[in-house]
Amino acid sequence: MITVTIQYFAILREQRGLAHETLATPAATAAALYEELRARYGFSLPRDRVRAAVDENFVAWDTPLRDGQTVVFIPPVAGG
Amino acid sequence: MFRISHEPLDPAALQRTLADAHAGACVTFEGWVRDHNDGQPVLALDYEAYAPLAEKEGARILAEARERFAIRGAVCVHRVGALKIGELAVWVGVAAAHRGAAFDACRYLIDETKARVPIWKKEHYADGATVWINCATRGDFAHTIKS
Repeated sequence: MITVTIQYFAILREQRGLAHETLATPAATAAALYEELRARYGFSLPRDRVRAAVDENFVAWDTPLRDGQTVVFIPPVAGG
Repeated sequence: MFRISHEPLDPAALQRTLADAHAGACVTFEGWVRDHNDGQPVLALDYEAYAPLAEKEGARILAEARERFAIRGAVCVHRVGALKIGELAVWVGVAAAHRGAAFDACRYLIDETKARVPIWKKEHYADGATVWINCATRGDFAHTIKS
């Protein structure tokens, strides 16, 4: 198990009901963490519509997670 | 410089930051909050950003523009918060020796910003419904779902 901080934005924040949380997870990768949270909280967006960011950088879904990291799942962007 | 702003944008002040005696052209773009989207009347918008990554990705986009186009300076500022119809959501400005590069770089900056920067938009409709733009999933009716 590792402990990570997750920040939620936009539709994910509304569906999770929190702006951020710190949790212990058995997930080894960003993908596994998203799937764990999606299953638990019923996120509407499948993983292929979302991007992952760790410690303020976009990362590939198979990136291994490490204790103490900050993870943000990025829903489809709509700036401008 | 790419910045997220929680305050209303000041186009004149932003344009002054581009002043450059070597520049013969300044091209600017303003993104305004529009009163309709996909045939639906829009009452207001909320913009939200993951600011640290937005500014990082925005800085990358500016660096790319400097590589691709012969420009002297470029600025992009995006507003976050609750915006009304007609308000200024994003400002892009480019200074260059010549207008071709200024027009091309300005287009590049706004197009890439819209495609890549972690900023999200929630629209509020007349019937009380709200939608996070681009986040509809199969089976949703975009104008009726509540987020």
